[in-house]
Amino acid sequence: MRIVVCIKQVPDTSEVKINPETGALVREGVPSIINPFDMHAIEAALSIKEQLGSSAACSVCVLTMGPPQAESALREAVSFGVDEAVLVSGREFAGGDTLATSRALSAAISKIGADIIICGKQAIDGDTAQVGPEVAEFLDIPHISYVKKISGISGAVIRAERMMDDGHDVVEAELPCLITVVRELNTPRLPSLKGKMAAKKIEIKKLGLADLGISEEEAGFKGSPTQVKKIFTPSARTGRRMAEGSIEEQVDAIIKELMERKCL
Amino acid sequence: MDYFLSEEQLMIKDLARQIAVEKVVPVREELDEKEEFPWEIMKALAQSDLFGLFIPEQYGGLGKGAFELALAVEELSKACVGVATTYAANALGTYPLLLFGTDEQKKKYLPDIAAGKKLVAFGLTEANAGSDAGGIQTTARADGDHYVLNGTKQWITNGGEAEIYTVIAITDKTRGARGASAFVVEKGTPGFSFGKKERKMGIRASATRELVFEDCKIPKANIIAREGMGFIVAMKTLDNSRAGVGAQGVGVAQGAIDEALKFARQRVQFGHPIISFQAIQHMLADMATETEAARALVYAAARYIDSGAKDVTRASAMAKLFATDVAMRVTTNAVQVMGGSGYMKEYPVEKMMRDAKILQIYEGTNQIQRNVIAQALIKESAAASKGK
Repeated sequence: MRIVVCIKQVPDTSEVKINPETGALVREGVPSIINPFDMHAIEAALSIKEQLGSSAACSVCVLTMGPPQAESALREAVSFGVDEAVLVSGREFAGGDTLATSRALSAAISKIGADIIICGKQAIDGDTAQVGPEVAEFLDIPHISYVKKISGISGAVIRAERMMDDGHDVVEAELPCLITVVRELNTPRLPSLKGKMAAKKIEIKKLGLADLGISEEEAGFKGSPTQVKKIFTPSARTGRRMAEGSIEEQVDAIIKELMERKCL
Repeated sequence: MDYFLSEEQLMIKDLARQIAVEKVVPVREELDEKEEFPWEIMKALAQSDLFGLFIPEQYGGLGKGAFELALAVEELSKACVGVATTYAANALGTYPLLLFGTDEQKKKYLPDIAAGKKLVAFGLTEANAGSDAGGIQTTARADGDHYVLNGTKQWITNGGEAEIYTVIAITDKTRGARGASAFVVEKGTPGFSFGKKERKMGIRASATRELVFEDCKIPKANIIAREGMGFIVAMKTLDNSRAGVGAQGVGVAQGAIDEALKFARQRVQFGHPIISFQAIQHMLADMATETEAARALVYAAARYIDSGAKDVTRASAMAKLFATDVAMRVTTNAVQVMGGSGYMKEYPVEKMMRDAKILQIYEGTNQIQRNVIAQALIKESAAASKGK
């Protein structure tokens, strides 16, 4: 059994500021972290490995695409107990949208080989939630998104609960399969000492454009059909009023207001 | 102050701090209030490999020593001495096996201890044997392939929660201190049960219980070292563990200073933050200086133990004595700096002050530590004058 976890290094949004002139995130001096949803993906992989035990010869590989400094996110993943780490990196990959990113990640996964691929449901900087499912499409394998519980893996089938607005679906899929996970799935563990020591020493495998067999036109900015035209902070809505008085008075005031505006 | 820690030592310190901040601080007040054993935190410590710190690599540990253990204990104690006591008492209970166990005993017990799968407790104290360990009344009678234990141990940390117990009992009443022996007893052995759980002033997250032995039969192979070695096992165990109690003192003192400093910078009286007043500044300066001195002494003693020195009794007694007296003074003064707020349960320093008190009492009261240190001085002086 081989599990690949896709992670992304993102700015710690609890520390992030927005440049009021350009509307863009100020990334200078902001600490980088592993995307919080991906922490749950790592935990899911490690607990599958533990549940299967040593008999299944299960290994967990963590994969990211990013600049050279994304290596620190991979090393952190190793400190939790991940066995291998792969970095897809190169100038050609810069500026990629979800399509170009998924293309590169899926090519890397084809090289690494995987029975289960686990992603966080979305990254907290882009918030698209598209990369996981797109990777599955490129690989032409089934995917289950928003997994909140992994009920079991037996033989070549995974059974999981997919979170929905009004409850959950129970979904079965054949392996190889990709899942994206939500926070409700688990509580990420802390690093271990042996993991931290391994993280210092581990050799991170690096893959570039040539290794993945992707052309320059398919990668990064050039391979991205969506392009960001403008980023801006929406102006705060004004004209808010609070109803006052007892609950009854407040309700009356609101009904009156709605009727005046012909909403009721 | 920089103590020139190695990269691995910094890693250990950082990891212990992360567990303290993320897992201990959010629950310490509740654990204290409910007198609840910190199993969740023990699980986190196990998963992080911290139970294996001082256990040799061949038995599944990380092969570090008393110094690394002290670093971890200090960080945990900053957050909660109750949790740190549970962790440190595990090491205390393990030392008899580590120092005197046979290879077979080590193979049997140490891997599970290193993995944090089984907790350990050390059973020495009894109703009539506290500072005077010679008063032990629990007996172990040889009977064929077995020893039969009878008696009651009192105030045993991790009692009831631990799976493995290292216990001192009398095998030969006629030989006094030389008639004691050490044994390992597993939870679940017929005739071994637990008495009442004590309710305490501080370290309330830790479990303190009686161990009751009623015709408890254990295999002969469960003796640690030889018959008659019990006191030596106990004394060498305490020599190794006392630096850890010192580390608890340093940790809780530092935790209290951090709280007092934070508070003093925010609290405004007479139109100024109280930290601008010399009365407060001088208290904080003394607290910080004493704590740093305690830390230096504890680290030096722990490193001395790890150097393989033959006689570490005096060094570890000094570290325990000084650091825990400092802890009591500093936590008391942290409450004083914070005034009424410090006395309230809303802030953690009242708990720190309650917790600190036990450090002057357990693993040998600080009065006993002074006896131990003085005896070492007398011995040394006598030896020197003989040499002249």
